[in-house]
Amino acid sequence: MKTETMSTPTGTLSLEVAGISKRFATATVVDNVSFSVAPGEIFGLIGPNGAGKTTIIRMIMDIIQPDSGTIKVLGDSLGEKTKDRIGYLPEERGLYKKLSVIQSIEYIASLKGIPQQTALERARQLLQRVDLLPHQNKKTEELSRGMSQLVQFMITIIHEPELIILDEPFANLDPVNTELLKEIIFELKAGGKSVILSTHRMNEIEELCDRVFMINKGQGVLYGELAEIKSHYRRNSVFLEYEGELAELPGVTRRNDRPGSTELVLDEGTTPQIILEKLLETGITVNRYEVSTPPLNDIFLQVVGEEE
Amino acid sequence: MNKILTIFKHEFITTITRKGFIIGAIIFPLIGLAAIGIYQLAQSAGDSGDEAEISKIGYIDSPGSFQEYTGDYGLIELMPYAEPTDATEALLDGDIKEYFIIPSDYLETGLVIRFHTEKELEMSGDTYGAIRNFLEQNLLKGQTSQEVIDRVKNPLNVQNIRLDETGAPATDQGGFGAFVLPMIFGFLLISTIASSSGYLLQGLGEEKENRVMEILLSSVSTRQLLVGKVLGLGTAGLVQMVFWLLSSLLIVRLGSSTVGGFFETIQVPDNVILLGIVYYILGYFFFAVIMAGLGAIAATAKEGTQLSVILILPAILPFYIGIIFLRDHPDHVIGTILTLFPVTAPMSIFVRMGLSEISAWEIAVSIILLIAGIIGGLWLAAKAFRAFLLMYGKAPRLGEIFRILWRA
Repeated sequence: MKTETMSTPTGTLSLEVAGISKRFATATVVDNVSFSVAPGEIFGLIGPNGAGKTTIIRMIMDIIQPDSGTIKVLGDSLGEKTKDRIGYLPEERGLYKKLSVIQSIEYIASLKGIPQQTALERARQLLQRVDLLPHQNKKTEELSRGMSQLVQFMITIIHEPELIILDEPFANLDPVNTELLKEIIFELKAGGKSVILSTHRMNEIEELCDRVFMINKGQGVLYGELAEIKSHYRRNSVFLEYEGELAELPGVTRRNDRPGSTELVLDEGTTPQIILEKLLETGITVNRYEVSTPPLNDIFLQVVGEEE
Repeated sequence: MNKILTIFKHEFITTITRKGFIIGAIIFPLIGLAAIGIYQLAQSAGDSGDEAEISKIGYIDSPGSFQEYTGDYGLIELMPYAEPTDATEALLDGDIKEYFIIPSDYLETGLVIRFHTEKELEMSGDTYGAIRNFLEQNLLKGQTSQEVIDRVKNPLNVQNIRLDETGAPATDQGGFGAFVLPMIFGFLLISTIASSSGYLLQGLGEEKENRVMEILLSSVSTRQLLVGKVLGLGTAGLVQMVFWLLSSLLIVRLGSSTVGGFFETIQVPDNVILLGIVYYILGYFFFAVIMAGLGAIAATAKEGTQLSVILILPAILPFYIGIIFLRDHPDHVIGTILTLFPVTAPMSIFVRMGLSEISAWEIAVSIILLIAGIIGGLWLAAKAFRAFLLMYGKAPRLGEIFRILWRA
């Protein structure tokens, strides 16, 4: 596995996963996986479907036990107490169909040790935050898919957990609700909570994550700070949106032209800075200029390709 | 502990507010009330209509020695005819309901030939009794005293007295009354198991199908979930039972005096009540934890219900063995085996309680084994919860179940 940052977070970690493995029947679903999550960071657990993400999360939640390795949540070994300090939105999600929105939230909150009155107050505040308060007495079976997903997200954070694990949180959400959810995730981070986002749609969470752990076929393939990973896998190229006639430039080995824009692939000795200066000298209007970084998807494919 | 209480409350309230539960609770008392209503309606119809009407039955006395005692057989009166043709004519005219011929060789054969016009399954008891009585009276006439004749008609009127070790009449006299109460306990247990386990399996199936299970298991341990559910549903089942019991007492009071009188004859020794309650509770918990394990393994509520039959059948088995075999051999070793084996223990105790004395060691060992069964069942069911509750869709094969349980 490639580790971009050698320094792991220090102090009391929100989550510490050390060398866990899990076998089902003949298949090794999780193979010697280690990573850690610091307080106040958004952490991406990413990989394709069937890579072992959900199995790792279920082991963190103490729903299933690892065959080997250890997991510590907020400095403690797994147990009843740690369950109350984690908020978990499973990928396979559902609600009691016959209960009302407010009853559903209150029941799960009480299972997390929240007194009834506190649970009701917080539930109303949270529902207000996502504009679902008018629906509080509806049965959950009457909600739209997006609405019920928001309710499940409320259930995940009602007990103000320090570690929040969201498995495919944006599936089924429309763009408006996706933005709303991202906003709340940033608020949680600002409040010092750790958030783990698990997804196979890697590009979707790029803008959110501080660090990522990339997994494929049960094994970690990439682990570290997102910015460093991106810079490491950066192609030496720039992206340009312009108006005018673009002449041949020295130092550019190849051009991928599109209407009104182009990608310029640079040679070894040329930096984006040099090209920008030359571009301005040519007199064209530059509307957008950026060092192009490959999306996480491409990085994943590259890493997996290299490993195989 | 608090989480168990929360689950308990949730399960209890969800169950008693289910439509099926409420309908189940009121349907039995309603059936009882309806039965009494129909019975009383039939009674009053019978009282008013048939009271004054006396059925006349004709007969032809070929031997010539059946002349007397023709009246006074309740609502039946016998009328002699000289010839069968006269009797047939009277029958067709509706003067008599039926007639019979006593042939001349009656004394050797006992044969009596009966003629009637209405279609019937068999001769009515009243008619049979009246003719038999008439024949006996005439046969014994002059042979012996009237006192002996009366006694011949009713020669056996038994009073049973059971003696204890000291030779004094025992407090528990046994008999049908003593057999009934433990059986009621037995059936209450089976009904509680059947209804509560139905709800348990239905609830687990729903939680698997609507995917709430993973949220539950990420909040509480499998043991807490299991214990909370079993207690909550058990209490709901108990509430239903108490409701049935109270309403049936009420119905019995409303009902006819004969039924009420029968219940008054039942003697209830304290040990029957005590053992009844102990085995009812232990039996429920034993079956409930195993049902929960089955519910975890089954993919859907429907499949769980099918699996649960495998458990209910051996639970009722001692009842049939009791009726067929143990009634005549109450101290047979089969009774002891059934009493010790946890699956059959509760029903065996209830059946044997009414049949004979159960030795103290059998009860002690059976209770210990039942408690061990509950603890073992809880352990296994918790394992099954862990291993199977997050498997959606297809139910595992038997071999897989054992392998997964072993590893869980």
